[in-house]
Order: sequence, then C-alpha cells, then structure tokens
Amino acid sequence: MDASLVDWSRAQFALTAIYHWLFVPLTLGLSFIIAFMESIYVKTGNEEWKRITKFWMTLFGVNFAIGVATGIILEFEFGTNWSNYSWFVGDIFGAPLAVEGIMAFFMESTFIAVMFFGWNKVSKKFHLVSTWLVAVGANLSALWILVANAWMQYPTGMHFNPETARNEMSNFWEVLFSPVAINKFLHTVSSGYVLASIFVIGVSAWFLLRKRHELLAKRSMVIASVFGLVMSLFLVMTGDGSARLMAHHQPMKFAAMENLYEGQTKAPLVAFGILKPENDEHKKEDFITKIEIPNFLSYMAFLDANAYVPGIKDLVHGNPERGIIPVAEKIEKGKLAIAALKDFKAAQKENNAARADSAKAFLDENFKYFGYGYMANEHETIPPIGITFYSFRIMVGLGMWFVLLFILSLIFVLFKKPEKKRWFLYLSVLSIPLAYLASEMGWLVAEFGRQPWVIQDLMPTSAAVSKLTTGSVQTTFILFAITFTVLLIADIKILTRQIKLGPREGGTK
Amino acid sequence: MSLARKIFRFYYEGFRSMTVGRTLWLIIFIKLFIMFAIFRLFFFQDFLGSRFTSESEKSNYVIEQLTTKPK
Repeated sequence: MDASLVDWSRAQFALTAIYHWLFVPLTLGLSFIIAFMESIYVKTGNEEWKRITKFWMTLFGVNFAIGVATGIILEFEFGTNWSNYSWFVGDIFGAPLAVEGIMAFFMESTFIAVMFFGWNKVSKKFHLVSTWLVAVGANLSALWILVANAWMQYPTGMHFNPETARNEMSNFWEVLFSPVAINKFLHTVSSGYVLASIFVIGVSAWFLLRKRHELLAKRSMVIASVFGLVMSLFLVMTGDGSARLMAHHQPMKFAAMENLYEGQTKAPLVAFGILKPENDEHKKEDFITKIEIPNFLSYMAFLDANAYVPGIKDLVHGNPERGIIPVAEKIEKGKLAIAALKDFKAAQKENNAARADSAKAFLDENFKYFGYGYMANEHETIPPIGITFYSFRIMVGLGMWFVLLFILSLIFVLFKKPEKKRWFLYLSVLSIPLAYLASEMGWLVAEFGRQPWVIQDLMPTSAAVSKLTTGSVQTTFILFAITFTVLLIADIKILTRQIKLGPREGGTK
Repeated sequence: MSLARKIFRFYYEGFRSMTVGRTLWLIIFIKLFIMFAIFRLFFFQDFLGSRFTSESEKSNYVIEQLTTKPK
C-alpha cells in the first residue's frame, strides 16, 4: 500500500479524533458537576444553587451543541478510508457503536430537552432525575466507543471466520468486560471529570479576578475541587492499572513509552528525560539526560520491584530465557496465516473440502500472528518512540499539577480568601488549556504507542486502509481541518461570551 | 390536554424561549448539513458498498486485498 496514502489516512483520522476529543471530555465531566449542583439545590431549596446550576448548564449546552455529531465523521472515515479494517472487525465494532447510537439518541436527546426546557414545567425531582440521566447517558455513550477502542488494543471474545474474512463476536461479555475495556473506560471518563473540574475552577477564578459573581465562583470551586480531587486520584489509580495492562498485553507500547531498549530487572522509571534526536533501536546511549526513580518501572508493570521488564531489543530479537519469541518468527507465522487464508478460499472455490479444512486448521493455529505477515522487517513493529515517551510525561506531569491545584483550590476556598491569592487565580485560568493538552496527550500515548497496529497483532494500519487516491484523502483532510477549526472557534467564542455575561441574576452575594 | 399535545407544547415553548439556544441550533443545522449533505454525499461514500452489491463480493474483495502482496 502507498505509504503516503497510509500516512494521510492516519493523519486525517488523528485530526478528526483530536478535534472530537476537544468537545467530549467537558461534556462528560460538566454533566456530573451540574448534577451535583442541582442536587444541592433540590436538597436545600436555595435559589442561588439553581442560578449556579443554570449558568454551568448553559456552558454545558454550548459545548454539547457544538461538539455533537463531530464523532460521526469518524464513522464516515471507517467506511470510506478504512474499509478493509471495517470489514475485518465485523460486528465487534458495529454492535457497540449501534448500542451507543441508541443510547445517545434515547437517553441524552430525551432528557437533555427536559434539562433545558423543563425548569418550572416538571417537578424539581423529575428535573433532577433528567439531569442525572443526561450525565449517565453521556458517559454510557462513551463506554461503547471505548469498548470498541479497547478491543483494538486487546482483541478478545471473537473468532475469525475465513469464509467472510470477518471477526465474529463469540462472547459479548468478554468484549464488554475485558480488563482493558473497563480500565480504558474508567481512565478516559475520569480524565474528562478532571478536565471539567479544572474548567469550572478556571472560569470561577476568572470571575474572582474580575471581582464578579463571587458567590457563584466560590461555590463552584468547592464542588469542582472536591470532584476534581477525588477523580484525579482515581485517575492515578486507573492510569496505574492501564500501565500494568499495557505491560502484559502491549509490551512494545510499554517499552516505547519508557524508551526502554535493554530489558532489565529492577527497572527504573524515567521521571524526566531528554531523548537523543538520532534515537533508534541500535543506539545504546539513548538519553541526553534523565532523572530516574529506582525499581519503579518494574513495580509499575508487575507489582514487583525486582521484576524483569522486557525492552525493545528483547521484543524485537526475542529473549528465550524470558519466553519472548523474536518478531522475525512471528512474521513467518503471520505470512503462513495469510497464505493459509488464501489457500482456504482457493480450496473452497475448487470445492476441495479436505484442503479447505487443512488450510483453516493452519490459519487457526497461526491467526494470532496474522498481522505480522504484513511486516517487511522486524523494526516495523516499533512504534514512534519520541512522541509516545514525551506525551506520557507531559500527561503525567500535568496530572500531578492538577492534583496540587485541586488541593490548593479547596484549601483557599474553604479556609482562606481565594480572591486574595491572585497568583493562584491566574494559574487556575492558565490550567484550562493545560487540561486539554493533558487529555490529548493521553490519546497520543494510547494511539501512537500501539502503532503499527490498528488491531493489536492482527492487522497493521497499512493493511487497514482503502485503496483510494492520496489526493482524495488530502482533500478531505483539508476540508475537515477547516470545518473543525471553524467549529472550535465558534465554541470558544460562544463559551467566552456566555462566561463574560455570567449568570443572568444572582451569584453576587 | 392530551399527552401528545403536552409534549408538543413542552418543546414548542422550550424552543420559543431559547436565547443562546437559537444560535446553537443554527450551528447544529449548518454542521449537520455540511456533514451529511456535503461530506457524506460527495466525499464519504461507503467504499465497499459503492463498489459491490452482495456480502460475498465484499468479502472476496477484502480477502483479495488482505492476501495479495503482503510485504
């Protein structure tokens, strides 16, 4: 397949996913923050909480409206640009996306109308239930998408049907409750909660800097700080689980994320490091400088500070002592699997049942290496290291700052006057774009780190693309870039206008 | 008042009383128009669906793609 076509298709999908993810996390998190605020209003009957809820609900509505359906483009791309992939994944991808569509339509669309139009028209309790259901519905929508994504990272609960060239779901629950899917869902949605909490704190800090709506700002900061702190600690926990799952199921991604070339026992974690620009698999001194935490990588990967963590060289060239087979051997098995599929179809055409059975048995035996058959050489199995390594550190570094931000915010708003801590207020406002940056970095780690695979071990990205012209993909790339940029500008403009307007009444006591 | 009428009035009054919502609905409609009437129609036809009519033709094509010239 033409490399430029693969690269442009990949860039187009990355662009769409990155833009889509700019809208989603705020929706996921703000929906719950609003639900907490409205719950307090319903419990206390305090009208000020109602005004606060309505203010944040307006911002939620803006973000939801601009972001809604941006994900549909991804589904267009599956059918047009990634037809081999779409066919190959069969109903495994289709089923969760269909459930997502139904859930999104019925839960979000129905109850979001009650949430916005229902004030004073339905009972307080029914309105509150609707607000909670919007939050639950939005998050459940995310579940199905993330289940599909997790399956690509850790394919399970299916068998390959060589007659149709499709993977068929054999166990729905195994797909839904795979440890990678559960962890990915929890980690991703909690990152959305953290982002939304920072958004609320940042906007509230801006009000305090402007000496406007101070009551709204302080009350909002309390809710967002508590929710953000709890969720950022949960995020650390799920991130830890994610690293362990990665070490087991995607060891190459784990090694690339750590720039670990030589496998080692008592492996240290590089807390900070600058890679050599000419870094490749054959370089030994691969850092210009680094700060390490002894034994931490071994512990992070296997909950054992003395454990052996395989490096890129082990994974590429094999390590018999550790039971790691070389990629060259996997490539051979992959080529055999591909040849067996071809043989199976030929035997079927000739009505040669015995030969077809034999080819199928051979295919089944080697299917787990199917994707390796497309590799020209073993080095193609190494993901881009620099972007994976740095993205992970930016994400974790910012995550640690956010924990501190939530603690400071809570202390200041409960025990000191936050309006007097202008340095903190400025940092809070600045943290809004940083939260988006951290969130996107998380996706870069997940998606760049799993290259060259679109489905781990079964299908490389290069085999997944449709035979289109590079020019047509470039055209749609540019069209998307323009459309999404316009949408993003509209989102930011309308959001900032609404923030500047503030709540329609109250909020100043 | 019938349930259908109540639901209609609920939405009707809701839409009528919108402020920022009107701009948002305009953006939503323009966006959906661009996505479905332009992108989908002219740039994002179903690759397999537009070339083949039956499932077996599609699967044969994909198998051919997957089994020819692996590097």
